[in-house]
Amino acid sequence: MNQRPSNLLDEALGLDQVIEPWPLRGRVVAIEDQVETSGSFVLHHLVKRSLSPNSSNVTIFIAFSQPFSHYDRILRKLGCNLVSQRDNSRFFFFDMLKLQCPDGDEGITPEGGLIALYGKIHKTISALPEISWKNVSIIIDDLSLMEVAANGSSDYVLDFLHYCCTLTSEFDCSLITLNHEDIYSSEDRPTFFIQMEYLADILIKAEPLATGLATDVHGQLTVSIKGQNKVSNFHFKVKENVVECFYPGRSRGL
Amino acid sequence: MADSICRALRDGALEGELAPALTIKDSVASPFALQVFSHVLSQLFSSILAGKSQSRGLVVVSFSRSPSFYLDLLKNKGTDFASSNKQIQILDCYSDPLGWKDQLAGSRNFTALSNEVLVSSTAIVFREVKHMDKLYNSIIELGKGLVGGGKIRFSIAIDSVDEMLRHAPVSSVARLLSNLRSHDQISSIFWLLHSDLHEARVTAVLEYLSSIVASLEPSHQLANGQRGDLENFSLIKHNSKKGKFHVRFKKRNGRVRVMSEEVHIEQSGINFTSSPSEGAINQGLVPKVQFGLELSFEDELMFLVQVQFNLQLSEKERIDKANVVLPFEHQGFILHHLMASIALESLVLTLLALGNGKPIQIYDGRRSLVDSKHERPVAAVENVQTDENCGSGEIIYFRDSDDEMPDSDEDPDDDLDI
Repeated sequence: MNQRPSNLLDEALGLDQVIEPWPLRGRVVAIEDQVETSGSFVLHHLVKRSLSPNSSNVTIFIAFSQPFSHYDRILRKLGCNLVSQRDNSRFFFFDMLKLQCPDGDEGITPEGGLIALYGKIHKTISALPEISWKNVSIIIDDLSLMEVAANGSSDYVLDFLHYCCTLTSEFDCSLITLNHEDIYSSEDRPTFFIQMEYLADILIKAEPLATGLATDVHGQLTVSIKGQNKVSNFHFKVKENVVECFYPGRSRGL
Repeated sequence: MADSICRALRDGALEGELAPALTIKDSVASPFALQVFSHVLSQLFSSILAGKSQSRGLVVVSFSRSPSFYLDLLKNKGTDFASSNKQIQILDCYSDPLGWKDQLAGSRNFTALSNEVLVSSTAIVFREVKHMDKLYNSIIELGKGLVGGGKIRFSIAIDSVDEMLRHAPVSSVARLLSNLRSHDQISSIFWLLHSDLHEARVTAVLEYLSSIVASLEPSHQLANGQRGDLENFSLIKHNSKKGKFHVRFKKRNGRVRVMSEEVHIEQSGINFTSSPSEGAINQGLVPKVQFGLELSFEDELMFLVQVQFNLQLSEKERIDKANVVLPFEHQGFILHHLMASIALESLVLTLLALGNGKPIQIYDGRRSLVDSKHERPVAAVENVQTDENCGSGEIIYFRDSDDEMPDSDEDPDDDLDI
């Protein structure tokens, strides 16, 4: 088998043909997962593809969830060295674990919180050569923790995301976010969550199997691409240094 | 039908009436409102360019898409902007809606990119979306800049009310839309709404403000709580390509007309199919309403709540229904029909002739003493005239007078634990 292991995910996202120019440019990608089925492996996979040695793509990673060492360890197993990429100015890591936005509307000032973060992202992209702008991916891990940092103000987070979306039209870069579906499940109208689905051009849902947990299949991914009316669905198994994707019933890679 | 929407917007406002207003709404299960919005916008703009519409200019208030999105859209439709940028203006509430870029530029080294020449000549950045009064003034100013003062009218397109509702209370947004509708220089106005982001009352407020509501619904409803199975996946796949498109026109006299089409989303754009063909899955479950007919308000309500039974009868059912003799038709059967057709004066004469000496009784709901002696004691079960070739129906009617009378001092509600 000469094919790359995660061929189905790459195929669904159009990453199997060319990696440069970055196929996700100008797009907003929303990854949604659930507590039984983590979707963070999709983020790792996209970082790996973005930092592929054959390309000059740039990743801006905004981490609310884990420290740099965590991602470094995982990506190393996948065959990608984040430290060297950071030194080469292809990987920018913003550690937001301790971000605490000021409370109330009066606290929303350019000096702190998400406005300052937006300013930093904007500045980072503007400093890059113009030819690289469309190869930039802004990755946010994850939105629910960003909401926590914003003192639960989902409107403030949505404002921030709106400004990040303007970057995708201004620089033709891409925005990739991870969010958890089930934390909104008790709400009658999960506005924040639905708003994110409207913002997204590509929606990737990681869900458990309808039949429950299985050893050979860890879950299923549904990738919907708006505009192209393309929807793909396949199963996956997350291994130590690779993610296997396969159609239902073909878990042995037959 | 999409054409009739475009026609209504093109024809604009009548003298002394509010401008026609269109809500285009969708939900996450069928998120094609933007495509419909873009279609309506480009159709209206080409009418404006051709001089066929009442309005002479278009103001686009863009919240959720960048101005270049609309300029590209119109360019792809073959608009030549060298000659037409005097007829469109975009109020850009997308690029810097809250003035963050402005604030950052003031406080540190922040350089916003300069827009393309075309964008900068047709779009004006608006930075105070929380202030609906300022937004109103800016829209009117832009429109007047396009068409000048006087009686010349212009149209307005707002690319989502959702963003406005996130920044301002419903009452302010409703006031803004209502003020725009009633401004005497506005020819027509339309806006986009994602209905599932708001409470039902908010959607209702916006629908009351509109004369036309175009709503998109998924072709197939997903079963709740059964996410992730393959059957749902195939439905999602279906819904990603097409949806149902219902349009409700409200006329001035309050009459409501509902029409329905199917929309197909293709890479090249959006297509409307006039004859909806129900998929195999829903067949027999959804009401078979004849669209395109004038529906009464009740019919419309029935349709909107998606009643799960047939609204039409088959030929056999119709005959069976006709054969059911209603309880009050048991006497004076001929009379019943006669009364419908004969004027009162001639009725008396006809009765005399028909009666032929025998008295014809008109049943008045009470039981006569004479009859009661001949009838069965339990209840008056009316015999039904039956035709052997057809089906028959029977309604058993217990007269009030046959009910068991309570003892005079007995409380009929005694057994209730109140």
